[in-house]
Amino acid sequence: MSALSARIALVGNPNSGKTALFNALTGARQKVANYAGVTVERKEGTVKTPAGRTLSVLDLPGTYSLRARSPDEAVTRDAVLGRLAGETPPDALVAVADATNLRLVLRLILELKAVGRPMVLALNMYDIAQRQGLRIDLDGLRRELGCPIVTTVATRKRGIDALTAEVDALLDKGALAGPNQWREPTAAEIRDAHREAQRILRTYVRPPERPDTLTGRIDSVLLHPVAGLAILLALLFLIFQAVFAWAAPLQDLIDLGFQGLAGLVGQVLPDGLLRSFITDGLIAGVGGVLVFLPQILVLFLFIILLEDSGYMARAAFLMDRIMGGAGLHGRAFIPLLSSFACAIPGIMAARVIDTRRDRMTTILVAPLMTCSARIPVYTLIISAFIPSERVWGGLSLQGLVMFGLYAAGILSALLVAFVIRRVFWRGAVEPFLMELPTYKLPAFSSVARGLLQRAEIFIGRAGRIILPLMVLVWFLSSFPAAPPGAESPIDYTFAGRLGHFLQPLLAPIGFNWQMTVALIPGFAAREVAVAALGTVYAVGDAEANIGALATQLHHHWSLATGLSFLAWYVFAPQCLSTLAVVRRETNSWVWPAVMVAYQGGLAYLAAFIVYRTAVAFGAG
Amino acid sequence: MSSTPTTPPTMAQDASPAIRLSQARPGDAGWIVEVRQQSGRDRSLPPEELERRLLEFGFVEGATVELLHEGPVGGDPIAVRLDDMRVALRRDDAHEVWIRLAAEAK
Ligand SMILES: Nc1nc2c(ncn2[C@@H]2O[C@H](COP(=O)(O)OP(=O)(O)OP(=O)(O)O)[C@@H](O)[C@H]2O)c(=O)[nH]1
Ligand SMILES: [Mg+2]
Repeated sequence: MSALSARIALVGNPNSGKTALFNALTGARQKVANYAGVTVERKEGTVKTPAGRTLSVLDLPGTYSLRARSPDEAVTRDAVLGRLAGETPPDALVAVADATNLRLVLRLILELKAVGRPMVLALNMYDIAQRQGLRIDLDGLRRELGCPIVTTVATRKRGIDALTAEVDALLDKGALAGPNQWREPTAAEIRDAHREAQRILRTYVRPPERPDTLTGRIDSVLLHPVAGLAILLALLFLIFQAVFAWAAPLQDLIDLGFQGLAGLVGQVLPDGLLRSFITDGLIAGVGGVLVFLPQILVLFLFIILLEDSGYMARAAFLMDRIMGGAGLHGRAFIPLLSSFACAIPGIMAARVIDTRRDRMTTILVAPLMTCSARIPVYTLIISAFIPSERVWGGLSLQGLVMFGLYAAGILSALLVAFVIRRVFWRGAVEPFLMELPTYKLPAFSSVARGLLQRAEIFIGRAGRIILPLMVLVWFLSSFPAAPPGAESPIDYTFAGRLGHFLQPLLAPIGFNWQMTVALIPGFAAREVAVAALGTVYAVGDAEANIGALATQLHHHWSLATGLSFLAWYVFAPQCLSTLAVVRRETNSWVWPAVMVAYQGGLAYLAAFIVYRTAVAFGAG
Repeated sequence: MSSTPTTPPTMAQDASPAIRLSQARPGDAGWIVEVRQQSGRDRSLPPEELERRLLEFGFVEGATVELLHEGPVGGDPIAVRLDDMRVALRRDDAHEVWIRLAAEAK
């Protein structure tokens, strides 16, 4: 009985808590949020059962039926039916149901029963069901469905042992898989199944004594045609102001810490290569990016609160018409909003879109949304060139510019989508149905855990990507050493030569050779450009005082150049991982190539226009 | 949550005429009498596909509906209470759903 192992899969409607349950079972940290379509790929983990079995657990995208329509739902269908090459169907299914919303999942369960695998039903969110005074006749339901039932509260890890024990019992009993009789139901069959589900529901479930009325009351404000839209805009505005204003004091603190560190190193180490490596390469480079941790965390605090509360679906509702006007599918909203964090999960989230052209359009414009890796670049340039003033009764001017950059990203995404859908791919409108989940108060612990995870990712990137690249950049901008007495030693190094060689290409948009050099490692990740600028300027100014990078840029660049750099970064395809994900998601190199071409073209054009305009106004 | 018992369409057949859900205004409440995808509309979907999607989402004959909210631009999309769920959909898709308004909602 000891060395047993088995495979189970979690199946259920979207937003029923499958991933929360998966995390509770396996200790994983997969993303959980209060909207439909969070999970878009299969994830595997393991858990030991009371009987000593090693269960391999599969978390799957949510679905309303096995009749998959979009790529994410196809993943679920294929996993449940064991259709993937080299894979058998799971030994048992765990149907995960939101206990407060059983109607649709009961119909899905009837479909799952036809698949013929042993099944356990997990009635999740049982805490909410109890709070509402919902009464479910568990024994009756157990008999009716012919499968064991456990009640769970996934977010508080309740009922987990009972669940694995039931899986044990089921497998010990030798419950064998019956023949798979599932096939796509016709409309008439779906109606029949609904009738059956309705009968089961009436027999075994009593309506709640204290139904949730809060959601309705909140919605009458947040979905109000005027107030709702105003609140959405105010919220976005607040976020980008906060990213700038709230984080600044903390950022200054970290900045001070790094400068102190550099000063210390300067005292301890003699002037030479080692000191230059530590202060110019590590502190000015990697440290120059790490100071933006507070900004990243403020942004994610808002994103997590919006996602966990249930507001995302409301925002999608309010924006649907505008998105539709640009030719975007209704389900494109959440992928695009996720791209504010990073385009990669955003592009993957586009799997919830069923038609290929709608999905491709979403993927192509997702990188135009301002991802969090642009924050260091934007913040740096803004604090170097935009005065820290208050305008219009207390709004921070810097925050306004930040908001403007986000708005530029959103508008250009809509515009590009419009061009794609109206010029290249004209087609019919696809149906769009979306559940509006009940509001939930985000749990402090899960918000904190989410923030911690983001901090780890950000710092991890600094270690894995930025650090090695900065070692390289430092090396290239230190060697070969200039002859003694040279006026500008860095011009003799590899970086200096490369920069001077390539700079004519970017001269029309006002970039100097240091910027040209910084853009090259900046393809690995956007924030690397900040680190590279830090290192190149630190090495070049060995004599000058080590001030904040922003001060140096203010000294070395014209305003026109600063603005042009910002415009470049709104559009430029400066992220190899995004291109790699596009290649994986579209299974072709054509789309990454299209992306590089159109984004690169837009970036050059925008930077050119901005630079020339600024110069014409005397900011050159 | 569940089963607020629904009046079967037949019992109130002459209470009010059936309208399309796409024509409903905020506050309108009733139950679904028919879900049927009309042929000949500009859809890239196979026949019956939209009908099946609507059914799988719970838009099924006998379900109660109430129009809760309209989108800010052109009253589209709409948010409806569908039995115990809240669902958002575009009026264009709601076109295929026929409802009969309950008497008191008029
Ligand atoms: N109160 C309560 N909330 C829960 C419970 N389980 C999950 N949630 C919340 O329900 C929401 C959805 O949870 P997820 O685990 O992301 O749902 P999912 O089924 O994986 O959703 P998809 O990946 O979109 O299919 C989140 O906001 C969770 O915090 C529970 O037992 N009780
Ligand atoms: Mg999930």
